[in-house]
Amino acid sequence: MKPSKNNADLLHKQYVHSLKREKRKVRLYQLLIFLLFFTSWEFSSKMKAIDPLLFSSPSKIIDLLFSKLHDGTLMENLSVTLIETIVGFILGTLLGTLLAAILWWSPMVSKVLDPYLVILNAMPKVALGPILIVGLGPGYASIISMGVIISIIITTIVVYTAFREVDSNFLKVLRIFGASRFQCFWEAILPASFPTIISTLKVNVGLSWVGVIVGEFLVSSKGLGYMITYGFQVFDFTLVWLALLVIAVFATVMYQIVAFIERKIVKE
Amino acid sequence: MSFLSVQNIKHSYFTKSTAVAALSDISLEVKEGEFVSFLGPSGCGKTTLLSIISGLIEPTEGRVLLEGQPISLADAKIGYMLQQDYLFPWKTIEENILLGLKLSKRLTEQSKSASLNLLRQIGLIGVETQLPKQLSGGMRQRVALVRTLATEPKLLMLDEPFSALDYQTKLKLEDLISATLKQFNKTAILVTHDISEAISMSDRVLLFSPGPGRLHKVFDIPDVIKNLTPFEARNHELFPEIFQTIWKELESFETFKK
Repeated sequence: MKPSKNNADLLHKQYVHSLKREKRKVRLYQLLIFLLFFTSWEFSSKMKAIDPLLFSSPSKIIDLLFSKLHDGTLMENLSVTLIETIVGFILGTLLGTLLAAILWWSPMVSKVLDPYLVILNAMPKVALGPILIVGLGPGYASIISMGVIISIIITTIVVYTAFREVDSNFLKVLRIFGASRFQCFWEAILPASFPTIISTLKVNVGLSWVGVIVGEFLVSSKGLGYMITYGFQVFDFTLVWLALLVIAVFATVMYQIVAFIERKIVKE
Repeated sequence: MSFLSVQNIKHSYFTKSTAVAALSDISLEVKEGEFVSFLGPSGCGKTTLLSIISGLIEPTEGRVLLEGQPISLADAKIGYMLQQDYLFPWKTIEENILLGLKLSKRLTEQSKSASLNLLRQIGLIGVETQLPKQLSGGMRQRVALVRTLATEPKLLMLDEPFSALDYQTKLKLEDLISATLKQFNKTAILVTHDISEAISMSDRVLLFSPGPGRLHKVFDIPDVIKNLTPFEARNHELFPEIFQTIWKELESFETFKK
C-alpha cells in the first residue's frame, strides 16, 4: 500500500508543479507582449516609422503624466470622470432592476411596454446627448444621465428575463406558506437573480464609461473626455493618449472590483 | 362532517385552440389522521387534483372543504412537499425551516425552538448554519419535511417527494416520514406512480384513470400492513397480493386504450 500512496503523492506534486509552470509561462508571454508593444511604439515613433504627432510616444506620455500629476490637473479630471461613471453605473443598474421589478410585478404592464423596450434598446442612446444637455444643463446631471441612459434599458431587459426564469416551484413553496406577491419577490425572485444582476453590473461598467466620455465630449470643461477633446482641438495627441491610457487602467480596475464582488457573492 | 371533503371537482386546461379536460367529477373524503395515496399513470391529473386541494389552482367546478371551511392559501393550513426539496440555496438550513413561520408572522422564540427540535429529532444535528448544497439529497429532503411541518399544517401534501432520490435513501425516508406523520397524527395525501410506495405507506390507495382523470377505484389496505413500517410492509406476505390486484387494474387502462 505504502509505495503506491507515495507514488500518488509524487504524481500529485508533479501535477501541481506543471500547473505552476504553465501559469508562469502565460504570465511571461503576457509581459513580453506588453513590453514589445510599448518598446516598438517608442522605437517606431523615434524612427518616424509612425507619425509622431498622431501617435506620440510612451516616453512623451510618461513625461506628460508626471507634469499633469504635479500640477494636479490629472487627478482633478480623473476624479470628476470616476465619480460620474460610478454614479452612472450604480444608478443605471438600480433603476434598471427597479424597472424590471415593475415589469415582473404586473404582466399587463410588461406586455404593453414590450415594443417600447425593444425600440429604446435598439436606439443608439448617445444620440440623445444634445437633448439631455439642453434639458439638464451642461454639468454633472446631464453627463451622469448619459451614463445611466446607456445602461438602463439593457439592464431592465436582462434582469427581467432573469426574474422570469426563476424556478416556479420556489414560488409554489412560498405561496403554500401564504406569501404575498411582494414576499415572493423579496424571498425568491430577487435573491435568485443576484448573480445575473451582478453580471449586468460588469457590462454596465463598460457602458457607463462610454456614456460619460461621450457626455464629456459634448459639453464639459472637466474630466478625461474633456482632456481628449481638448487635446484634439489643440493637436496635442500626447494628451489624448494619456487620457486613453488612464481610462483603460481605471475601467479595468473597476471591472476587476465588480468581478471580485461577483466571486464573493456567487461563492455563497 | 369529514376532515377533508372534495366535492364534484371538474377541471379543464384552456389553450388557444383547445380545452383539455384534466379532471372529471371527482369526489372524495379523507378522515383526520389518515394517510391516503393518489396512484395513477402520468396524465391522470393527480398532481392537478393535489394543487386544487391545496388551493394553488381554482377548479373549473366543485369545491374543497377542510374542516367544513372552503380551502384558502391565506389560512396556511396546508403543507406541501415537492419532487425535489426546493430549499432556498442562499438561505441557511435554519432560515429555510423557519421560512413558513416568518412569512405567516408566527415566528416566536417558542415556535423557533420547536422547529429546531424537530430538526434534531429527524436526525439532523449541527446543520443549522450550513447551506443546502452542503447536505446530501436525502438530508435535504428531510430538511424540506421539517420546513413543511414547522408551520404545523393540518393537511400534508406529498407530491412524489421520493422520486428524485436513490432507492436506498427513498426506503429510509419513507420509514422516517411515515413514523413522523404518525407521531404528530398528521393527515397526508401522497401522489405517486409507484404502486409499492402507495401500498406500503398508506391507509387507503385511490387509483385514478387517465383521459380525463377520474377516480377509478379505492383500495383499503388491511390493518396488518397499515400498522407496519413501510419497509416491513414491503416484506409482508400479503403485500404481493395487493400489488397484483392494483397492477391488474392499472393494466386494464392500457387495454382500454387499445
